[in-house]
Amino acid sequence: MIETIRSLGRWGLGSFERLGRGHLFLFQILAGIPSIVLRLSLLVHQLFSVGVLSVFLILISGLFVGMVLGLQGYNTLVDFGAEESLGVLVSLSLVRELGPVVSALLFAGRAGSALTAEIGLMKSTEQLSGMEMMAVDPIHRVIAPRFLAGLISMPLLAALFSAVGIFGGFLVGHGLLGVDDGAFWSQMQVKTDWYDDVLNGVIKSIVFGFVVTWIALFEGYDATPTSEGVGRATTRTVVHSAFAILGLDFILTALMFGEG
Amino acid sequence: MMQSKSTEITVGMFVAAGIAALFVLAMKVSNFAEFNDEAGYQVTAEFENIGGLKVRSPVTMAGVRVGRVSDISLSSETYNAVVTLSLYSSFDMIPNDTAASIYTAGLLGEQYIGLEAGAEDEFFQDGDVIDLTQPALVLEQVIGQFLFSKAEGDE
Repeated sequence: MIETIRSLGRWGLGSFERLGRGHLFLFQILAGIPSIVLRLSLLVHQLFSVGVLSVFLILISGLFVGMVLGLQGYNTLVDFGAEESLGVLVSLSLVRELGPVVSALLFAGRAGSALTAEIGLMKSTEQLSGMEMMAVDPIHRVIAPRFLAGLISMPLLAALFSAVGIFGGFLVGHGLLGVDDGAFWSQMQVKTDWYDDVLNGVIKSIVFGFVVTWIALFEGYDATPTSEGVGRATTRTVVHSAFAILGLDFILTALMFGEG
Repeated sequence: MMQSKSTEITVGMFVAAGIAALFVLAMKVSNFAEFNDEAGYQVTAEFENIGGLKVRSPVTMAGVRVGRVSDISLSSETYNAVVTLSLYSSFDMIPNDTAASIYTAGLLGEQYIGLEAGAEDEFFQDGDVIDLTQPALVLEQVIGQFLFSKAEGDE
């Protein structure tokens, strides 16, 4: 009995300790960001591996999500004789929700897991300790550029996702189902607001980029330095990122669109 | 060196593509382009009832969008709705005896203000008031009147 309570206590203390370490880690990263200005080539290199390598996945997924939205939306709207509103449906669902959320989930799977595995492996092969031995701060040199790269890439990827998705919706709506293209674009422009819809979507994607990159880097940095530990950390990155994205999405949506 | 050069080029292309996508979202998808036309002029109109009219609802003339609703308030004297219309500066030839009515787009669609041009030679200036207005059609009132007139007719 006492043993169960004790293990519960140990688990609770451990979780809080990890949470605290995570936040300290975040402050260290934020303090390390200004030093990136001196090493812009590091940032460019990370933008390549975090952002550019995710572009293909984002483009293909965005196109198909938009095409499915076009098909499904048409089937529902045609019952009300409102198929001209297909453009509004596709653009609002992509710009407000699916663009930021789905691209963040894909980003966590594609780039987040890679970051965790990379950092975790660096730790288990003692490259990070090696840097410290040479008086190079691994947070400045390794972590901060990756963090900034994730923060920059995510809104760009979400914008690409939304734009390609709307194009996919247009392909299906106009090309396959014969919705009038004038009505499709003009209704979309009337109902989609730059500030309320597009910019709020961009804010969402920046928040998701922040959280996903933070989780991925921390899991790697905090991983048990064994091959099993790195594997578990990678899994945790994807799972925790998904929780964080979907939970934060609800909170952000309630704040942004809650009052309708 | 070659490696880092091609990396830089692809990263540059990625950032440019992302910004281009945002630009497309701004110009093609959202109403961002309209904000340039914001520097128009404002006229107000009093309506008995505005139904479901909202701020940002369109203002049209012969079906062409000429502006949008920028403010809705309640007059403390007449208890009518005071609607401020922002008209685009490119449409500065609207006669000042133009009438404003509230219509519904489609059966379930949103409400908008339709302007019908008058015959005066003077045009609307900033701050003018539209005198001729027609309130929104509230479906319950119409049905109520119909039932009332029908009941009267039976007697």
